[in-house]
Amino acid sequence: MKVNIPSPIRSYTGNKAAVEGKGSTLKDVLGNLDTTYPGIVFRILDEHDRIRQHIKFYVNNDSATELSTPIKETDTFHIICALSGG
Amino acid sequence: MTKKSKKKLSEKSKPAVEVSKKQKAKMPKAKLKAEDKLKAKGKGKSESKSDTKGSVVKLLVGTRKGAWILKSDGRRKDWSYSKPILFGCDINHFVANPYNQKIMIIAAKTGHLGPTVYRSSDGGKTFTEASKPPAFPKSDDPKAKAVERVFCITPGHETEPGVWYAGTSPAGLFRSEDNGDTWAPVSGFNDNPMNAKWTEFGATPDGQFLHSVSIDPRDENHMYLGISIGGVFETTDQGGTWHPLNKGVEADFLPDATAEYGHDPHCIIISPKNPDRLYQQNHCGFYTIERPGDRWERVGLKMPKQIGDIGFPVITHPDDDKKAWVFPMDGTSVWPRTSPEGKPAVYGTKNAGKSWTRLDKGMPKDSAWWTVYRQGMTNDTQPELGIYFGTSSGEIWGTRNEGDSWNCFARHLPKIQSLSVCER
Repeated sequence: MKVNIPSPIRSYTGNKAAVEGKGSTLKDVLGNLDTTYPGIVFRILDEHDRIRQHIKFYVNNDSATELSTPIKETDTFHIICALSGG
Repeated sequence: MTKKSKKKLSEKSKPAVEVSKKQKAKMPKAKLKAEDKLKAKGKGKSESKSDTKGSVVKLLVGTRKGAWILKSDGRRKDWSYSKPILFGCDINHFVANPYNQKIMIIAAKTGHLGPTVYRSSDGGKTFTEASKPPAFPKSDDPKAKAVERVFCITPGHETEPGVWYAGTSPAGLFRSEDNGDTWAPVSGFNDNPMNAKWTEFGATPDGQFLHSVSIDPRDENHMYLGISIGGVFETTDQGGTWHPLNKGVEADFLPDATAEYGHDPHCIIISPKNPDRLYQQNHCGFYTIERPGDRWERVGLKMPKQIGDIGFPVITHPDDDKKAWVFPMDGTSVWPRTSPEGKPAVYGTKNAGKSWTRLDKGMPKDSAWWTVYRQGMTNDTQPELGIYFGTSSGEIWGTRNEGDSWNCFARHLPKIQSLSVCER
């Protein structure tokens, strides 16, 4: 599946805006992502696997707030930094 | 795969941040001239000291939007800037190992992402992310603490090369034994049965910080830490057990003003010259203690009443424990934390707080509402002691004569959150 990567964590993916993901749940996909790009997941989940405050997940156009959310090979997983600055 | 080879692989694959040679060649020679008037006054005095000419003094600057290294020679008159390091990241602390200055550690996060730690082993040319940043043990408890930011970084004792400590928000203590690549919780503090009580008074508006770790230079097992809000705690078995050390410290915001813990230290330092002396800038005044005594004395009451003894940072002279400097800020009403009446000054003592001198020569006389954070003031160890502070408005001020006169040698930086010195 396609995983869209927000700019603040593209330093981990060699500046790629989208990468290939594998897994049947968001947790699986993130686990595999961290194997390929070590350290990336700790920036978006805390040490207890809670989604960090300013990170949002979408599967296609649907918000996903649980890591157990199922995902299919044909889906797109969007990792989003909630828009804010300052 | 062995543990060792795993670590190496993981380290290699982490993104590195580098100031390339090409970038360096393009860098404008941003020589920052000291203000002419003050420069002239400082002239001769420092130039006459041939033993300072060969020195290199670097200021490691941590800001809300990245880190910088400012570099000078022992005269400390002209400073050059590095390119921004980790540009855009929120840098809480940037520190070099005093025993091996090629090793530097940065505590960083961004507005959106979780906290982490970057390390350099080439004197700040490149930085690599820690393969295991400070984190509490994984838990299913929905209320389990998670590191919100790494707030302070402290090199370990001289006899333990590679050891560093990190203090976090919410309050947690972590230790690295490999120069910051992997970090483990100090269970004796984080899991102490009393920890929940010690920290139950909660957070300041900016969070709850473990902001100070002071190690006795005579004994690596003897350490102090400071938590805002929580108090000062001491260990004599390198973090295995801890006890509060807050007697004599006021806590007028607590239901019980004589409580054993729950105080609000802003900064704790230990004298390198006489490690029996500590200083504490607290929400409720400025204190010193001489061990083995167990009662802090509020020596800040000797400061002028209209100035008060409230602030964030404190530093002491490396060779004279009676000398200390603070940056008083308005602690009245809603705690503005800016220079009282907009008239900034450092206050210095030469007798451990029995008397104080206002040190503001060269600073604006009014309309300067400066804030200096708890990690925003530092000193070097040059023969003519240099003291530096960085403001939340992005200026760095310094003195080469223990505060008799000051000049601003860096402006227009983002909000300065930490300053530390790296010198040889």
